[in-house]
Amino acid sequence: MHAFRPTNELARMDFSISPEGDVSWYTGTFSTDEKIAGREDLCGEHYAVPAVHACHLENNTCFAYMDGRRMVVYSCNQVPHTLRRNIAEAIGMPLGDVRVVKPFLGGGFGNKQDTMYEPLVALASQRLGGRCVAITLSREETFVNTRTRHGFDMTIAAAADEAGDLTHRGIRINSNGGSYAAHTHAVAAYAVTSNFQTYKASAVQIGESSTVYTNLPSAAAMRGYGIPQLNFAMESQMEDIARRNGWDPIDFRLQNINEAGFVDPFDKFTVRTCGLRECVEQGRRLCDWDRKRKEYDAFNKTSPNLKKGLGMALFSYKIGVYPLQLESGSCRIVMNEDGSAQIMVGCAELGQGSDTAMCQIVSQITTIPEQKLSVCSAQDTDITPYDNGAYASRQTYISGSGAKLAAEKLVDTILTHAARTYKLPKDELRLASEQIWHRDSAVCTLAQLCTYINFVNDQKTDTDHITAEATFTMKNICLAYGVSFMDLEVDVPVGKVKIRKVYCLQDSGKIINPQLAEGQMHGGVAMGIGYALGEQMLFDAATGRPLNNNLLDYKIPTCMDIPDMEIRFVETHEDSAPFGAKGLAEPPLIPQAAAVRNAILHATGVGMHKLPMNPQNLVHAFGEAGLIAQ
Amino acid sequence: MYDIKETFRANSVPEALELLRAHPGAIPVCGGTDVMIHLKERKLRQAALVGIMDIASLQGIYLEQTGDLFIGSGTCFDSIYQNPLARACVPMLADACNQVGSPQIRSVATIGGNLCNGAVSADSVPSLLVLNAELELTSLEGKRVVKAVDFHTGPGKTVLETDRELLTGIRIPKASYEGHGGKYLKFGQRNAMEIATLGCAVNCALSPDGTIRDFAIAFGVAAPRPIRCAKAESLMLGRRPTGALLKELRRAVLLECAPRESWRASLELRTQLIQELAERASRCAIEHAGGSLDD
Repeated sequence: MHAFRPTNELARMDFSISPEGDVSWYTGTFSTDEKIAGREDLCGEHYAVPAVHACHLENNTCFAYMDGRRMVVYSCNQVPHTLRRNIAEAIGMPLGDVRVVKPFLGGGFGNKQDTMYEPLVALASQRLGGRCVAITLSREETFVNTRTRHGFDMTIAAAADEAGDLTHRGIRINSNGGSYAAHTHAVAAYAVTSNFQTYKASAVQIGESSTVYTNLPSAAAMRGYGIPQLNFAMESQMEDIARRNGWDPIDFRLQNINEAGFVDPFDKFTVRTCGLRECVEQGRRLCDWDRKRKEYDAFNKTSPNLKKGLGMALFSYKIGVYPLQLESGSCRIVMNEDGSAQIMVGCAELGQGSDTAMCQIVSQITTIPEQKLSVCSAQDTDITPYDNGAYASRQTYISGSGAKLAAEKLVDTILTHAARTYKLPKDELRLASEQIWHRDSAVCTLAQLCTYINFVNDQKTDTDHITAEATFTMKNICLAYGVSFMDLEVDVPVGKVKIRKVYCLQDSGKIINPQLAEGQMHGGVAMGIGYALGEQMLFDAATGRPLNNNLLDYKIPTCMDIPDMEIRFVETHEDSAPFGAKGLAEPPLIPQAAAVRNAILHATGVGMHKLPMNPQNLVHAFGEAGLIAQ
Repeated sequence: MYDIKETFRANSVPEALELLRAHPGAIPVCGGTDVMIHLKERKLRQAALVGIMDIASLQGIYLEQTGDLFIGSGTCFDSIYQNPLARACVPMLADACNQVGSPQIRSVATIGGNLCNGAVSADSVPSLLVLNAELELTSLEGKRVVKAVDFHTGPGKTVLETDRELLTGIRIPKASYEGHGGKYLKFGQRNAMEIATLGCAVNCALSPDGTIRDFAIAFGVAAPRPIRCAKAESLMLGRRPTGALLKELRRAVLLECAPRESWRASLELRTQLIQELAERASRCAIEHAGGSLDD
């Protein structure tokens, strides 16, 4: 396909990690062999996951027009400031002449993290004398002509000693990047390194990864950034090792997990908070693991067609991308004379509720109740301050730090004005329930102070429109952790899985908004179940024509397919975060496919090596295993 | 977006038939859930559409003097599912109607449209086949009656002469439902918003001695058109329902089906579903007919 890349291999990243945690980089060669890096001691098993689509409700759409010399672009994009830079560069305009507006948008999941049609509409508008030009995609086009989750072929190996301690670990990821260089190898690189984040090993660890160009839709970021793919292979393999050795799968995992104090071999950061063990142990009790596993084993012995299974999978996930990339978030707060305020944040609300979380954080610090705070919910690069945007589950952790810093600055400014106005020592003043207090007596209300300082006309005082603005540079990273327990039934002759209940426990630090947090968990579980049981993008092998780029033939779960869920949070306190909160958005999706797979394994004895585990793939596998009489 | 040349609304069957004659190639529209997709996919261009949704005589469900059940072709799926008469006489059909697509689709899509669209996956059709339904086709010259089993000729093809005929009603003979038990099983990957990967309907009646007096089995998506399996049916007659007999049925139906491999489902899956659904639908139908299975 590319003369200068005869194998279509776009990029590689290969490394070994010594027992001391030192990383040596090398350039390997493309391989599908079972021996990772050609090593006899890293003979792996093969796992394959297909390209899937985010299926965000709102199809991708954008329009552009010129306002005098300036280009105005509206787009449902989740990283508006990055988009502005890309548009300016692409159409050759000064950055400051481009204004990007992100109205409230209907889901992004990383798909809308890419610059897609925005430079095109801007260029067309430029050529048409500033007339408004729009590109709106249909559902069918959104499937094929935006971004997908990478399909991975993975070979994964691990060995444990007699005591159940992992010794060797290795993985090879061959990633399908599609037809354009969007994120491309960054996703496979994220996945291959993350394989060495959750579990430890005493001897050699090797990771190899490769991304190839193909004539399929371009792959990029999608909720979990390569980790859901990796987790399917990693947690399937952990299950299989435990099963082969007759070990309890939970005990085996807990014996080998990395916890607080773990130093990442690549970026050398140290994990400060880890609630993984607590998540798993609590979940074990919650789902009645020990009793049910035995009960189902007994049931399955006499039930040839209906089988019951209980399985689990765990994960860890990086929140934000420091130190690989700068992480910053800004916030501006503008007081009104009545003591209410507007909040402007660059972080992109895309349905996840970040505006609400920012509002809560500002309210907590300033004591101004949420109903008196308005968040400017359309991110507009002319109005809202700089932020990297919505990705890596970073909004509460990083943008929230920006909001907290701005709120603290605002309080300081308010107290400075109060001290000056009432001639009181500033360090004896404090703000509580929207009032300035001096020791135990109220001095004035916030509204009184704001009104006074805005309008005072005594020929000597400088008025002030009270505002605060701050940019927070995050020089930290933290890990979210969690586990999923899947209680399910398999109708063996037709290959249909019925999930009876999902138990999800997650350490996302302190939970800022329990209701939104639970909603995120529900969405993540549902999306993960779709990945496990139904979703795949299909193409005609001869022509490349997409076969199922519609919501009838592309099997995302309907509300009739979503099981009961029980959600629990193990709240660690992450010191680097605002109020101890870590990220939450992507993680709940990650362990679902492996948990479903391991529960099907418990039910039927058949361990699946590819997604989706739909009736067709299950019937074929059950047939091969002799569970279906021919 | 839609390439529609002209639209008409008929208030009576003769008016609709006049319009169809005057505008060759015109498409009758009632619920429109298939027509709109064809328009969106541009399979229909320069379309002339004749709205038949206002024709009162196409709506409704009633018992004829003979005891046969008559269903107007313009009756929507949800109306059939909710109708007490339909639920009492042909519960399997009422249940089948409740498995189409989504609540929104079931509120507008009609049983007549489901037949005339000619899809092999049509959810109402296998039940109509095993209930020996008769289809009333009306033209300006008069009416003719075609058995449901003879209606489909291939994928998307029926015996309806579209320029001069309308499907006006469906008649289910009393002898086919009275004393019978039936079951339609639809297999889809999801629990809603599905077209059938395979559909199987069984309708049966038992003799006082517990043997099978009447047995009909039909499939959707098991051949290029919805089919009955006559040889498999005759195998069941006069026999006592047992697990062993159902094993025979599993093998027999395969001989009369012609499933295909497609990207929607492999041949292996469809072959397995044909057998499994045949057995499961039969078990339910026999139980609904008041029988029990001796294993």
